[in-house]
Amino acid sequence: MRFVLLLACIVMLSGCEREERQLRLDPPVADALNKIRLMPIGIAGAPPEIYFALHRPYEANAYNLNQGKRLYAWFGCSSCHADGQGGTGPSFLDGWWLYGPEMVSIFASIRDGRPHGMPAFRDKMTADQIWQLAGYVQTIGAYSARTAAPSRNDDKQTRPAENRAPAAILFDQGPSPVHADQGPTP
Amino acid sequence: MRREIRRSLPGLACLLLAGCGGWQSAMDAHGTSAASLKQLIILIVVVCSVVWMLVMIALIRALSRERAPRTAPVDVDAERVRRMSVFISAAVAATVIVISGFTVTSFFATRRLSVAGPDDLTVKVSGLQWWWNVQYFGATPAENFQTANEIHIPVGRNVRFQLEGDDVIHSFWVPSLAGKQDLIPGRPNELSVRAERAGIYRGQCAEFCGMQHAHMAFFVIAEPQADFDRWAEMQRQPAAQPADSEAAAGQQAFLSKPCAACHSVRGTAATGTSGPDLTHVGSRKTIAAGLFDTTRGSLAAWIADPQTLKPGNNMPMVTLSRDELLSVSAYLASLK
Repeated sequence: MRFVLLLACIVMLSGCEREERQLRLDPPVADALNKIRLMPIGIAGAPPEIYFALHRPYEANAYNLNQGKRLYAWFGCSSCHADGQGGTGPSFLDGWWLYGPEMVSIFASIRDGRPHGMPAFRDKMTADQIWQLAGYVQTIGAYSARTAAPSRNDDKQTRPAENRAPAAILFDQGPSPVHADQGPTP
Repeated sequence: MRREIRRSLPGLACLLLAGCGGWQSAMDAHGTSAASLKQLIILIVVVCSVVWMLVMIALIRALSRERAPRTAPVDVDAERVRRMSVFISAAVAATVIVISGFTVTSFFATRRLSVAGPDDLTVKVSGLQWWWNVQYFGATPAENFQTANEIHIPVGRNVRFQLEGDDVIHSFWVPSLAGKQDLIPGRPNELSVRAERAGIYRGQCAEFCGMQHAHMAFFVIAEPQADFDRWAEMQRQPAAQPADSEAAAGQQAFLSKPCAACHSVRGTAATGTSGPDLTHVGSRKTIAAGLFDTTRGSLAAWIADPQTLKPGNNMPMVTLSRDELLSVSAYLASLK
């Protein structure tokens, strides 16, 4: 009995570890993170090996997602994409990713730009920042909820919070699907 | 040994008192409101010390006095009871008088903090993680300018600081000039300051605001009106053009790299607003909110690896070649 209690305490204590913040990337790591391999059509592909060696830090780390949220405001993303609803630029909330929902595609869209108005941020942001921003943009229209989320807004919410998988409902086939012609659920 | 301790006591006291001077001390008051706060501090400390000593004397006497021979419990010594009740009533009355005295004096002292008279200058200070954005307003919008982590004010004039936090709550505190005032997102606060003597006063964020709260310092430089006007005129000018080929290369690298996306250098294509305005960065005393003195070397070190020098700050490590780093630091140091 006592042994079980001790074990339970140890298991609970192991939960006390704080999420790790990677504040500084060694320059070779930062360089390697920039080397994505994109499909020839510019959609989807593979992130560099280092991305997996770091345990996909830009998707599941709340600090990185939060930095992405700050960069979304700093680099004026909202002037075209609003708070995710879209405007001159496409919406992130509707779950329709023009170039696919993969991190590499979003990374490539931000870094190299896309036709019809998306500018390239290659000379304005570092690779680390672009990954952070891509991770945040992906959560705005996520199909499935994550355990990590950026901090909430100070002002009124204009849309569902990032950790609530706002796009999921759009793909619910239910009795009356939102998009009749949606195809298979992602 | 004991004698040595006793002999070293005055020295130790002097050492402790030395902490009361310097460019960041409420006990070294050089501003109107800081002076009235200092009077309040001294008054309260002196009165409380006297009260503490009286209480201690009474306690020691009570402890050391021989207990009177026990009499029957009902045997009342009328004279003794009378003396005791007079003493206790006097102590209660003294407590009430001292506390009301404190209340009244602190009320008048805090009322005096808002400097009377018209404002001669208004400066907007925004607190960010972890630096201070300082905006001066001219007669026309073209005469406005921005600087960071360094505030110049004219001596003997009323300066009104408009304070607002841009991300989290910070607190503006220049102990030698005035008390603290919080910078709260979405709620503009004001603080009036009047420097009585010229000098350089250090200020510090006084509300814990995250990882680098300790490295969020700034300087208030109080100078005669003529010097202040000269400084303001110099700050209004656009950035100096690069004087040599190295600085020109630095400007080119600055504009083509991510630097220009966050920083402004007036007179060039760099118009970013998320980072500090660098138009006259070379003229400031320090960089990175008091982290280093402004030298070409410290600028280069900061650009090369900001996350090691001030972990968690929002300046990213931008990959620059050796030559780019040298020329960018030369260019920034030349922006006097």
